[in-house]
Amino acid sequence: MIRKPVDIGFPDRLYMVTGGRSRADDTTFDLVTLIVSESAPTAGLQSEHVRILELCRHPTAVVEVSAELRMPVTVVRILLADLHAMGRISARHPHGSRPAASLPDSVLLKEVLHGLRNL
Amino acid sequence: MDSATSELPARMPLDDAAETGLKIVVVGGFGVGKTTLVRSVSEIRPLNTEEVMTQAGVGVDETDGLVTKTTTTVAFDFGRISLNERMVLYLFGAPGQERFWFLWDRLFSGTLGAVVLVDTRRMSDSWYAVDRLEHHRTPFVVAVNRFDDDASSFSLDEIRQALSLSDDVPLIDCDARVRSSGKRVLITLVDHLYELAMAREMTP
Repeated sequence: MIRKPVDIGFPDRLYMVTGGRSRADDTTFDLVTLIVSESAPTAGLQSEHVRILELCRHPTAVVEVSAELRMPVTVVRILLADLHAMGRISARHPHGSRPAASLPDSVLLKEVLHGLRNL
Repeated sequence: MDSATSELPARMPLDDAAETGLKIVVVGGFGVGKTTLVRSVSEIRPLNTEEVMTQAGVGVDETDGLVTKTTTTVAFDFGRISLNERMVLYLFGAPGQERFWFLWDRLFSGTLGAVVLVDTRRMSDSWYAVDRLEHHRTPFVVAVNRFDDDASSFSLDEIRQALSLSDDVPLIDCDARVRSSGKRVLITLVDHLYELAMAREMTP
């Protein structure tokens, strides 16, 4: 596979995209938290926000948003936090995503096994 | 042979009922076939992204206002498997190098488990991964990627010894290029996780 580096352009751009913020609360959006748009983009939104709202018309994991936008996960978390605060997206959090939370139970794992065997 | 070379779609929306994202991490040294394994079982063409992390320097007295910061960028690939209409499994190919591990908790907390992919020609690359996973108490299996018809080299028993793997860690051969083989690796891992969960749930 030819690896395309994540195109972050020049660092200034990332700075502008996030309004100078460098980190969001990590615990809000896991890599596999599924994001769903709650409304269509409207005029006046920042272009990255518009792209996220379009992308997430169907559930889309945080890490997929990051790959599609070609922006580091850290930056995407900040943009998602903005949209979440505006009520524009909802987040479906993964099972047991908290660190040191209970390990996956047998019922869940059975379902995973079933899904894998049916591939 | 169901090879992994057929074109996979780059974008394929998930079912609207999808609600639970799960992760499994594939770790291994450079060139061991992590992306190949992810690709062989993924329903989308593997994507890649990166995480940029800024860390305050360790051991620096912050009261003097001179905090050194280091920035680390870790790139990783991932693929996706829709298990059913509600559950979707993300597979991450993660580098085995040292600088990556301090991000493990941050990136891969809540992972179901891990696959350590081993190349018998560079077994020492896997040492560190095994050690770190044990340290993080992440359950894992070890899969030996027998590409290039690597029949000549070590038996699984020899590899188990070389990696000092305890008997309860599943160890299997695989061909990361082949979908059915990649699938078997994942099933071996989840089977192992299931056994662990059952044992835990039986214990009062």
